[in-house]
Amino acid sequence: MTQTHSTKRRSANGVKALILVSALALTACTNPDRFGGSDAGAMGAGAGANGGIIAGSANDPTSVAYFNQTIGDRVLFLVDQSTLNDNGRAVLAQQAQWLLANPGYTAIIEGHADEQGTREYNLALGSRRAAAVQDYLISQGINPSRLKPITYGKERPIEVCSSEACYAQNRRAVTVLAAGAGVS
Amino acid sequence: MTRFSGLAKTCAATFLVGLLSLGAFTSAAAQDTGPLRIDITQGVIEPLPVAVPDFIAQSAQAAEFAKQISDVIAADLVGTGLFREVPESAYISNVTSFDSPVQYADWKAINVQGLVTGAVSVDAAGNLSVKFRVFDVFSDGPLGEGLQLGGSTSSWRRIAHKVADVVYSRITGEGAYFDSRVVFVSESGSKQARKKRLAVMDYDGANLQYLTDDASIVLAPRFSPTGDRVLYTSYESGFPQIMMLDVGTVTRRQLPVPTESMSFAPRFSPDGNSVVYSVSTGANTDLYRMDIASGQVARLTNTPAIETAPSFSPDGSKIVFESDRSGTQQLYMMSASGGDAQRISFGDGRYGTPVWSPRGDLIAFTKQANGRFHIGVMRTDGSEERLLTASFLDEGPTWAPNGRVVMFTRETQGASGESALYSVDISGRNLRRLPTNSGASDPAWSPLLK
Repeated sequence: MTQTHSTKRRSANGVKALILVSALALTACTNPDRFGGSDAGAMGAGAGANGGIIAGSANDPTSVAYFNQTIGDRVLFLVDQSTLNDNGRAVLAQQAQWLLANPGYTAIIEGHADEQGTREYNLALGSRRAAAVQDYLISQGINPSRLKPITYGKERPIEVCSSEACYAQNRRAVTVLAAGAGVS
Repeated sequence: MTRFSGLAKTCAATFLVGLLSLGAFTSAAAQDTGPLRIDITQGVIEPLPVAVPDFIAQSAQAAEFAKQISDVIAADLVGTGLFREVPESAYISNVTSFDSPVQYADWKAINVQGLVTGAVSVDAAGNLSVKFRVFDVFSDGPLGEGLQLGGSTSSWRRIAHKVADVVYSRITGEGAYFDSRVVFVSESGSKQARKKRLAVMDYDGANLQYLTDDASIVLAPRFSPTGDRVLYTSYESGFPQIMMLDVGTVTRRQLPVPTESMSFAPRFSPDGNSVVYSVSTGANTDLYRMDIASGQVARLTNTPAIETAPSFSPDGSKIVFESDRSGTQQLYMMSASGGDAQRISFGDGRYGTPVWSPRGDLIAFTKQANGRFHIGVMRTDGSEERLLTASFLDEGPTWAPNGRVVMFTRETQGASGESALYSVDISGRNLRRLPTNSGASDPAWSPLLK
């Protein structure tokens, strides 16, 4: 999903940009989309020094970058829905595995809505989406005390066009990691 | 006159209001039922021509205020869409003295139907005094009695709004609304990271004041019934929580809602003593009511559906709100103590953000249908639905104090989309954008100021 977003952005810059794709892969994909993330500190905490793998990079399975990019930090929803699809459940199952393997992290789960809806309703809809992710992660064995939901309603879109291509990316729940023993 | 005594009572704290003892003019008063009358409910196609000659400055210090005050009065009247100002260049006779007789023929000749004359003075202590009269030109007589309003020079705009309110009420028979304020969310920055802060301004955009900074998201402010406090939703704690702000001191505190939950969509009860709001717990969002003084909370709804955007009836006995318990967002009505609710919206599409008119007769709402958003009004039983606007995104109506105009947020589409405040009258006419110096959303109209 992040991939799609990045590709689209590059293509807007023309063919020349494609040459840069591999070089940009690491830097451009440090999840610029996420709202409310604070992975700068978390990054170091999870980094391990394995031979051949750059610590903290998306190749390092213990890294936040791996969680955000290789597994995927978000799941998407249909219009006015909060039901997880097969792809979403697969992503969340991997998120759960990562969280079980990396007990030093907690997560805030952000629920978001697209702009097609009234403000208050979208806040409630964002809560539903965050809860859908939270419930699934708990069902996979994650301690509820490590997860805290928050709704942003339609306040923080990542894509700004007013058509389905953008709306589909905005109807999301994002698992935002933080280093720490528990979410207060 | 009841209207006069009412005004005198409500203005006592800040303003001095007095009848002018003007002999012949006052004895010819009580022309309220004369022919100069606008019926708002019929919708006005042809605005009524009025003249508001510059008020007479009765002292040197009054000169700067006299013209400004008459300009604000004219702007208030014209802004309703019900009146048209006949420009000074068309005048045949100039008003040079407040007490000289009105030359009705001269005003009739240029088709002026309503005439507002006034005089402004400033005393040695810096107190501003404005006296004025309203004339029904075609009846050759005054419309009601002359009035005098007073206050500090810094409150000149409020005094002008009060004069315009009297003129408006005498001609339309409707309640006043110009002497009011609007609290809203001032917006800046990109669409992905919109910065939001609370601001308050006069209903016409003047006297802007910020109430919060833009460090965290703030949403949907709501005035208390006396306009002294504002409830809103803030992300200051990192999570959406309800804050209550004292407008006078600009100090705020969080309502004692349990911090493990997310709370939003607050609104005051008509007595100002309690707050109704939504709490999201897990996937569920229900309505709660809190007594502000004691912090005691009562749960009003208990369904697995979304219940939000509650609004009290003016008598405090009922609450209208939105719920998707039927599968889509619709409007419901229940007792203010909770319990069973009756659905009142049955048209195509989704209905949200219901707001009860201060007059009690109508409910304004947001409707989504066929990819468009509308602001609409319906009777409190859901009948006589009438859509007032249509655009890419209109939402969140708020009522003028007289229940005859609604203000709302209109957002344009796309990456450069921006929010602005608009108003429209309940006949669907006179759609206007309010002047704001940046993007603006979530307006809430105050009651008439005291």
